[in-house]
Amino acid sequence: MTSEMHGALARADLQRLLDALSAKGYQIVGPTVREGSVVWETISSVSELPIGWRDQQEPGRYRLEQTGAQEIFGVVHGPQSLKPFVFAPREPLLQITRSKEGFTTSPTLPQPEKVAVIGARACDLAGLAIQDRIFLNETYRDPYYATRRDGLFVVAVNCTRSLQTCFCASMETGPRAKCGYDLALTEVDDRLLVEAGSEAGRDILSGFSLPPASEDLAGEATRRIESCAENQVRRLDRSRLPHALYEAHEHPRWDEVAGRCLACTNCTMVCPTCFCHTVEETPDLSHQHTAHARLWGSCFTQEHGYINGKNIRPTIKDRYRMWLTHKLASWIDQFSTSGCVGCGRCITWCPVGIDLTEELSALLTPGVQPPIDLQHKIGT
Amino acid sequence: MVNPYVIHPATIVEKIREAEDITTYRLQLVDEEARRRFRFKAGQFNMVYLFGIGEVAISIVSDPDEPERLDHTIRAVGRTTKAIADLQPGETLGIRGPFGEGWPLEEAKGRNVVIVTGGLGCAPVVGAIEFIFKRRNQYGAVKILHGVKTPHDLLYRERFDAWRGFPDTEVLLTSDQPDKTWRYHVGVVTELFEQVSMDPEKSMVLMCGPEIMMRLGAPILMRRGIPATAMYVSLERHMECGIGLCGHCQMGPYFLCKDGPVMRYDRVEQWLGRTGV
Amino acid sequence: MSKREAQRERPRVAVFKFASCDGCQLSILNLEDDLLALGQALDIAHFPEASSDMKPGPYDIALVEGSITTAEDAHRILAVRQQAKVLITIGACATAGGIQALRNWADVEAFKQAVYPSPEYIQSLSTSTPISEHIHVDFELWGCPIDKNQLLRVITDLVVGVQPRLPGDSVCLECKRRGHVCVLVAKGIPCLGPVTRTGCGAICPGMGRDCYGCFGPSEGERKGPGLPPNTVSLATRFHRELQLIPVEVVRRFRGINGSVSPFRTESEAWEKKT
Repeated sequence: MTSEMHGALARADLQRLLDALSAKGYQIVGPTVREGSVVWETISSVSELPIGWRDQQEPGRYRLEQTGAQEIFGVVHGPQSLKPFVFAPREPLLQITRSKEGFTTSPTLPQPEKVAVIGARACDLAGLAIQDRIFLNETYRDPYYATRRDGLFVVAVNCTRSLQTCFCASMETGPRAKCGYDLALTEVDDRLLVEAGSEAGRDILSGFSLPPASEDLAGEATRRIESCAENQVRRLDRSRLPHALYEAHEHPRWDEVAGRCLACTNCTMVCPTCFCHTVEETPDLSHQHTAHARLWGSCFTQEHGYINGKNIRPTIKDRYRMWLTHKLASWIDQFSTSGCVGCGRCITWCPVGIDLTEELSALLTPGVQPPIDLQHKIGT
Repeated sequence: MVNPYVIHPATIVEKIREAEDITTYRLQLVDEEARRRFRFKAGQFNMVYLFGIGEVAISIVSDPDEPERLDHTIRAVGRTTKAIADLQPGETLGIRGPFGEGWPLEEAKGRNVVIVTGGLGCAPVVGAIEFIFKRRNQYGAVKILHGVKTPHDLLYRERFDAWRGFPDTEVLLTSDQPDKTWRYHVGVVTELFEQVSMDPEKSMVLMCGPEIMMRLGAPILMRRGIPATAMYVSLERHMECGIGLCGHCQMGPYFLCKDGPVMRYDRVEQWLGRTGV
Repeated sequence: MSKREAQRERPRVAVFKFASCDGCQLSILNLEDDLLALGQALDIAHFPEASSDMKPGPYDIALVEGSITTAEDAHRILAVRQQAKVLITIGACATAGGIQALRNWADVEAFKQAVYPSPEYIQSLSTSTPISEHIHVDFELWGCPIDKNQLLRVITDLVVGVQPRLPGDSVCLECKRRGHVCVLVAKGIPCLGPVTRTGCGAICPGMGRDCYGCFGPSEGERKGPGLPPNTVSLATRFHRELQLIPVEVVRRFRGINGSVSPFRTESEAWEKKT
């Protein structure tokens, strides 16, 4: 790694980086404390970041605590990944108006905006890479996603503290940001190790006369990241996926988890990779104009499995099984990667604290398998 | 960049009544350039749009060699399709497409074709049959096996009669709840397999109907020596985007809107009949 | 506009009130920017809250607010049904019995004695019941009060002769789309959002408060038979982790939509544990 890609910044000087991004026309977004967690907000000053706060996460529970320290990036993450920046929760697609020809359609592409996100984690970057693969595929490149994606600049933060719910190490997605970032920071006490990961990142850094990071600083950063990985208490065993989960289709554990699952969709909303959406048509009262928009959807909703008056997945068991099997197994067949990045958000933000790592391990342990009923009467 | 969400207006040129609640809508794209450019393969579908209401996935049943005329057979069963049923010729629908993978009708050329269908108005397979008969000399023997619950469910009666008239063609019908007027087989469609000869080396099977029919029918045909790779099934799931992004139409590892709706049987064998898949 | 639509006459609309606070009718008047368009699209023939010019039926659309709490109303709703091609209930009272359905678990006679100097003048049923228990209802709007945009959406569909449809998803889906922080997870507040129908725009969690279920249980008429929300699991969470005692769990589920299953069955199950 060359010194121009690798510098040291005093923690107190982070504002200079924000200013440099502003000067390049970026709107700066960072985590800010709100309602007991952190959410992405437009910021202009480092002081708006959750300085001195740390998050404690466990199944179904999230709490912030103030440590009194000067730590800037002590909060690992809130409910939002990078997903809302590129795959918008509500994306207007088309405006359609009646005309002589029947109607005319105008795409409502988002305005190109330069957005710099400060504080994304390795798991968030891994999620972004997966969403890129979905929305920017060869056959259909989604122009709405692409427009938002083009303007995104990511300042990642390498994790030096693991939450109880983290398992990125076992997913090999973190805690060090591997790729996809423009800049990566590692907070080591009062210093920030800065690395550039893209041309745009190098361009920003070139305006700085950053002293090269000392070997001590780089070494300490690496030690802390490695120790963060070692401290993870959760892990997900991927060795037998996808097939073992396909084979567990009739496992009794599905019934058990369906008793707890609320089918409330929270896991899919907070997941950095979940991409299901639904289309909403909103005509005006005169039926002269109508708006066609896509909204975050979920395989836990009734409309997801609906067809011709019946539902392919009518029960919570069907829906939870669909989600978990897709996330951890069929995703691999579809996109050559797991749909899980190990961020643990679905564990924390599940209102009843369902833990997918625990569910997977139960599902991969042989249960009492009820026989598959193949004796349905043939219908014509 | 092509925007796959843009909807193109299309005029209803003609409405052809197929049954009480089933109508074929002959559509023509309004924009001349779009009309000239539109090409599709047999068995592909369009997202058909009604202004202010929404889109539904409907297979194109007309001939791909006449792509300026797009026939869609629509059963008025849901919110959007019922509203479409009120439209008259001259009024406008929208089209986005074509999407998906259709029947392997090019691959089937020179081979015998066995078509197994069941249930109410299986429009996708009707398009395939018409395609074959328009090019009758390019295909071997054709056998059409169609099962319905009650005689009332037998749609396209005239078409079945017409198909019978083609050379080297057998059309067999069955009902498992017949009435006194029923003059064909009584039972389920898989029983018809025994009544026809099939050359396993030369035959290709196209199936369209309830999943249970395909799930139970295919293994019987395999026992007759037809390889799983020579059977194709048309599958249905909720389709909303048509481009494999909205996630609704998944079946196991597949997005049926883009990998299907027609799938080679060996690829879906393990997923058919699994509950909740 | 298509020929079909151009030929269509403006639907005649009537609004009827039963036992209610008028808040849902006010939601119609609160449509503000859309009121003019509404007046153009509809022939509002009978709307006592808005105008004393009341024209007789029949009506194309009847909007019914309020629940049935008197014998007279139980009779009157039959006449309303006869005059209406399409009948839509608006709000928790008409759709679910409303807050006044709390009487269904209480002694109404005792209330009368306690509240009124001359209780013999009060003629009231011992129950408050939703309109659908008395007549066929074509579509139900939930909420206390209803969401004006949902109402507008339903009317827009009816004007062009399309079966209305609204999502039955949980409040959580909309809450997360709007980027709100989950009050249950981050604050330990017993929020009913996970089992409550969307439509309000997740207003309460957006203000850092808990959803109290004013849109009723999630899922329903949208696209086929609904899946009852898993109130058992949520109630268990409230009790075990959020440390609500059984009577508090009862009160959570026995609110504005307390007499609708599965909120009803859940509160009754926890009542046995008190």
